[in-house]
Formats: sequence, structure tokens, C-alpha cells
Amino acid sequence: MPEVLDQHRPTAPYPQGPPSRPPLAPRTRPDERPARRTLLDQVAHLERELSSLFVSTWPRKGFEFSVASRGGPRVLGLADLEELRDDLATRVDHARRSLSDRTYVEEKHRCRIEEMLLEPEKHKWVRIGNDDIGEPGCKHWHVTPRWGIFGMLMNWWRVKISSGCPLAEGHCAP
Amino acid sequence: MVEHELQLGWVDHELSEEFPELELWLMRVQARSGRSPDPVRERLRTLAGRITGGHVIHMRQDPVPWAYRVFWRQIGLDPDTTRTPVEQIALDRLQWGGLRSRNLLDDAITIAVWETGVPVIALDADLVGSQIGLRLTGDDELLGGSGRPLPERQIAVADEHNCLAVLSGEVADERGVTRSTTNMVIGAIQVKGVPRISVEEALWTVADTLSVGG
Repeated sequence: MPEVLDQHRPTAPYPQGPPSRPPLAPRTRPDERPARRTLLDQVAHLERELSSLFVSTWPRKGFEFSVASRGGPRVLGLADLEELRDDLATRVDHARRSLSDRTYVEEKHRCRIEEMLLEPEKHKWVRIGNDDIGEPGCKHWHVTPRWGIFGMLMNWWRVKISSGCPLAEGHCAP
Repeated sequence: MVEHELQLGWVDHELSEEFPELELWLMRVQARSGRSPDPVRERLRTLAGRITGGHVIHMRQDPVPWAYRVFWRQIGLDPDTTRTPVEQIALDRLQWGGLRSRNLLDDAITIAVWETGVPVIALDADLVGSQIGLRLTGDDELLGGSGRPLPERQIAVADEHNCLAVLSGEVADERGVTRSTTNMVIGAIQVKGVPRISVEEALWTVADTLSVGG
């Protein structure tokens, strides 16, 4: 039995000591293609999200969708692609948060319009426009006293709803 | 109708590795530019009437314009600064209140790009080589051979000798179509997500519109 074990004992890799020269450096660089492919797909995915957010925000203003160019048109390096992906992700995240904040405020304004319509005397002089509820146009809801000062004294209030944008023609054209 | 042959341009190995679905389609057309005839102007007017603000906003979610937006991003361009050709047309339409007729070739390209979403360029066939394709620029290259210096490793449309155009649309002055041009090469870039039929339609639309002008 000891003879059998002795036969399987591994021999020293370098019986005469380690080689004098280190092994040759690999001639090929690591294959970047899978990483590049993944990054390009991520860029495409993020661009889709950004486009979709752009469409969702319309007609609201004040959103930023621009992501700096990388001096193209050229084949971007791995680091450039990573930076681009990160910038796009940041931009998407920022746009999504801004939109979420804006829609929250718009929802509050919508609720307030309903309250104004129900109890105008509790919202004296409040004016909410289409801008505030994220819709295009110049329509607005304005709580004003009925019959001027007399209405004010009597606490008779009502919501005036404007008829929209001024016409492009006529005496009062913008 | 004259039958034009559709040719596939070559794509540099490094580019095709990075963008396997990137292709350059070419069509040689015997035609002249010049003032647009009335039917072409009328078509441009009709087209302008169909472009609305809502349409332009939603355009970036349409498959073909979106595919070029993505490609623009992937090659380091910001499509909100360097617009894709179809978005540039839409923007011009909104800014100017119409599509202005410039000349037959430009009008034909405008119609084709708007109808299909595919970017199209045109070159003077007698001033370019026979083998046209896509490659990366080398050291100290000039656009068209004697134009502005091009940065190294830019993606360009090139023939055997020179860079003829930058991928984002700038064509070398000395290789582009002029009043004296009688033979043209029309080129369209196909990227991932764009069906070949859209590219073919873009080239055929340009060729057909040019044939209207005689």
C-alpha cells in the first residue's frame, strides 16, 4: 500500500528551481466585445426610456433631456460608453423624478379646482391655470366675488373659467 | 420608370464588428438637380401640411426615427444637438411654418427622409470612386481630399481614395452634387432596427422625384 501512495505523490514542478524568465505575456488583449455589446444595448434601452419620458412630459416645460455628445461620429471606447450609459441613466432618473414631482403638484391643483368649485368662498382670489395642471392652453379658473365689491362684502364668491387663449385676430390680439 | 440598381457598400471590419447591422446602400442615378418643378413643390407643401407639433413630439417613439436616435447616441452624438435628418426636417418645418423648396435634389431628399425616416446623402458619381463604403478616418485626413481636416477615427463615407462625407451628414464640397452634375450616387445608412424596405424606399423616392424633374 505505501508503494501505491508513493507512486501518486506529485513531483515538484521545478526540480531545478523556478525558471529564470517569467512566462510570456499573453499576446491578445481581453475581448471587450461582450462588454461593449452590453453597454450599447443599455444605451439603446435608456434612450427609449428618455424618449418615452420626453413624450410624457409634453406640453410641460422646464425639463432637461440633453446628454452631452462624445465628439462623434466615432466608435466610442469602453470608458466613453460607460460614461455615456451613466449620464443617460442619471438624466432618465432626474427626468423621472422631476415628472413625478410635477404630476404630484398638478394633482394637488386639480383637487384644489374641485374644492374651489364646491366652496369658492374658502378660496378667495385663487387662480389656477392650465399650466398648473400640465395641460396646454391658456384656460384658467379664478375665484372672484360676484357683483364686485358688493359681492365681496356679502361673501358671494364664484369661480370664473376663462374661455381659453385670446384669438390671433381682432382688437385684443396678443 | 427607369430601373436603378441597388448596391451594398463595404463596411470597415472594425465598424461592422461594433455595429453588425450597419450598412450603406447605394444607388447610381442619371439625373440633374436644378429648380424644382411644380409637382415637387406641391408635394413638399402637402408634406409640410401633414407635419404637426404633436406628430413631431411623438416622432421620437416611432421605430425608424428612434433607431437613428439610438445610433446617434451610440456613435457619440447628442441627437438633441446634432439632430437626425428627419428630426431636423420636422424642426425646420415648425420654425419656418413650411418646407422651403431649395432645389430638386434637396427637395427630393427632404421628401424621402420625411416619408421614411432614413438619412440620405448624394454625391457626384463622376467625382467619386467606384467602391464606396464606411470606414474610420486615419491620421491627417481631409474631408473630400482637400477640405477641412477630420479628427482621427471618425466614421465617414469614403471611396478608395478619400473621405467623401461624415456620417452625421456633412458632404465634402468637392464631391457633392453641383449644377453641372449629371450622374449621382445616392446613399442611405441602415442601422439596427431599420427594415431594409425603408432604406430601399428612401432611395427609390429620391430617384423617382429626380426623374420628375427630367
